[in-house]
Amino acid sequence: MITVEHLCKSYRIAKRNAGFSEALRAFFHREYEVIEALSDVSFTIADGEMVGYIGPNGAGKSSTIKILSGILTPDDGTVLIDGRVPWLDRIRHVKEIGVVFGQRSQLWWDVPVIDSFELLKDIYSIPQETYRQKSEELTELLDLSELLRTPARQLSLGQRMRCEIAASLLHDPNILFLDEPTIGLDAVSKLAVRDFILKQNREHGTTVILTTHDMQDIEALTSRIILIGKGRILMDGTLEDIRRAAGSAACGAADGRIDELIAQLYRSYEI
Amino acid sequence: MKKYLSFFRLRFSMGLQYRTAALAGMVTQFFWGFMEIMMFSAFYRADADAFPMSFSATASYIWLQQAFLALFAAWVMEDEIFDAIISGNIVYELCRPVRIYRMWYARSIANRLSRALLRCAPILIVAALLPEPYGIAAPADVRHFLLFLVTLFLGLAVTVSFCMLVYVLTFFTVSPQGLRMLFVSAVEFLAGGVIPLPFLPPAVLRVVELLPFASMQNVPLRIYSGSMSDAQMLRAIVLQVFWLAAVTELGSLLCARAERKITLQGG
Repeated sequence: MITVEHLCKSYRIAKRNAGFSEALRAFFHREYEVIEALSDVSFTIADGEMVGYIGPNGAGKSSTIKILSGILTPDDGTVLIDGRVPWLDRIRHVKEIGVVFGQRSQLWWDVPVIDSFELLKDIYSIPQETYRQKSEELTELLDLSELLRTPARQLSLGQRMRCEIAASLLHDPNILFLDEPTIGLDAVSKLAVRDFILKQNREHGTTVILTTHDMQDIEALTSRIILIGKGRILMDGTLEDIRRAAGSAACGAADGRIDELIAQLYRSYEI
Repeated sequence: MKKYLSFFRLRFSMGLQYRTAALAGMVTQFFWGFMEIMMFSAFYRADADAFPMSFSATASYIWLQQAFLALFAAWVMEDEIFDAIISGNIVYELCRPVRIYRMWYARSIANRLSRALLRCAPILIVAALLPEPYGIAAPADVRHFLLFLVTLFLGLAVTVSFCMLVYVLTFFTVSPQGLRMLFVSAVEFLAGGVIPLPFLPPAVLRVVELLPFASMQNVPLRIYSGSMSDAQMLRAIVLQVFWLAAVTELGSLLCARAERKITLQGG
């Protein structure tokens, strides 16, 4: 159970105009602009739900994920995940969650993937037998047997992403945060990843929160969608709700293509 | 504890992977050692009594220094850690049930040990075969040898604690360049990397010996050849323990503070 109430987070960004004299001026007097990455975000996610968290670039998606995984401390608001406040109780919290950041890598670059897995086994104190079962299961489902003995740097993006996902699930977390897991993947890899996430959710009841810009991910995976823009929650509903909202925004002109719909929706909210 | 050991193991086995780097390092260190010995031999020929250590003790100091360079050289820092902080890849490390400070500590020790292990043996063997007084002499006695081993590890730990300070401060400064340069030059000179500390003027030496830098390679390399009295050795070891505790505590406090305050940028 994830409860988020009135979450706020702002960043301070130094800004200046182009040019040498401006740079010189900024040296003595710096102007900051405060960006509200999240303002008053609230939602509740039940166990076993699969939620798509969407919004344009810079809407606050990653900030939310980082707060939920205990990496970032918010300015205000409360988060309770299975009774834990993530940023106060980071170490205990992260034991129970799995995180995949599509744009980054958690595998050790210069050593075979299996070494990274073994390290994770010790980091999460996974018992040998549990580890063996889990890694065999993941190897089979994600088709990793050929990849495990290859150094991570020599894997293609699609192969690496499959390994990344497996790495995040070795300790069998109840909650999985996926931050753009399909970014840059080819069609085959995308389908494989989607398929796997779906299975993980159905068979293990893993709660999944997924951010993505790929609306087919959303269509294929999630039943509930939270739309965020400029740090605020704009909509929380099903894919049908989104279609309806976008349809009315476009005065019925939308042709049903999901990307068009979403673009309409973003425009109608001016985000 | 096991998780940190496991980090150690992985980093250690990774370090053993780089054979060409080890070979190149070894050649450099031989060359450097020979040049230093030749330079000092010229000085000693001018007036051997003007120096605080015997020529043989100085030669041993130089060869040990070259053999264990990776344990103490200030510039042996992990670019991956700096990269993780600057690029934000540290998000993954923060997603693990581990203390960042301890994890990086284990990593740094492993990196230095694996490098040193690959390189030290050939240098020590060749240096031992060199004719007196140009090679490495046997240790002063068994007691000195044991104390050498103990202080070698203490010195390594102090060095790593200091590097950790640089890593942790990078959280606050964004770019590590300035800190790194300052730290590397300070350590190379004040730890006795350029010339052994006893060669400094006595007034300067009195101050420098109290600094944390003197608790790094200075202690083991001088104990080995017996050029410290018992009282001096005791004082040096107490200082090593003190600085190890102080610098480690400061580093882990700063690290905890950084973990709470950092902003993770991008993506």
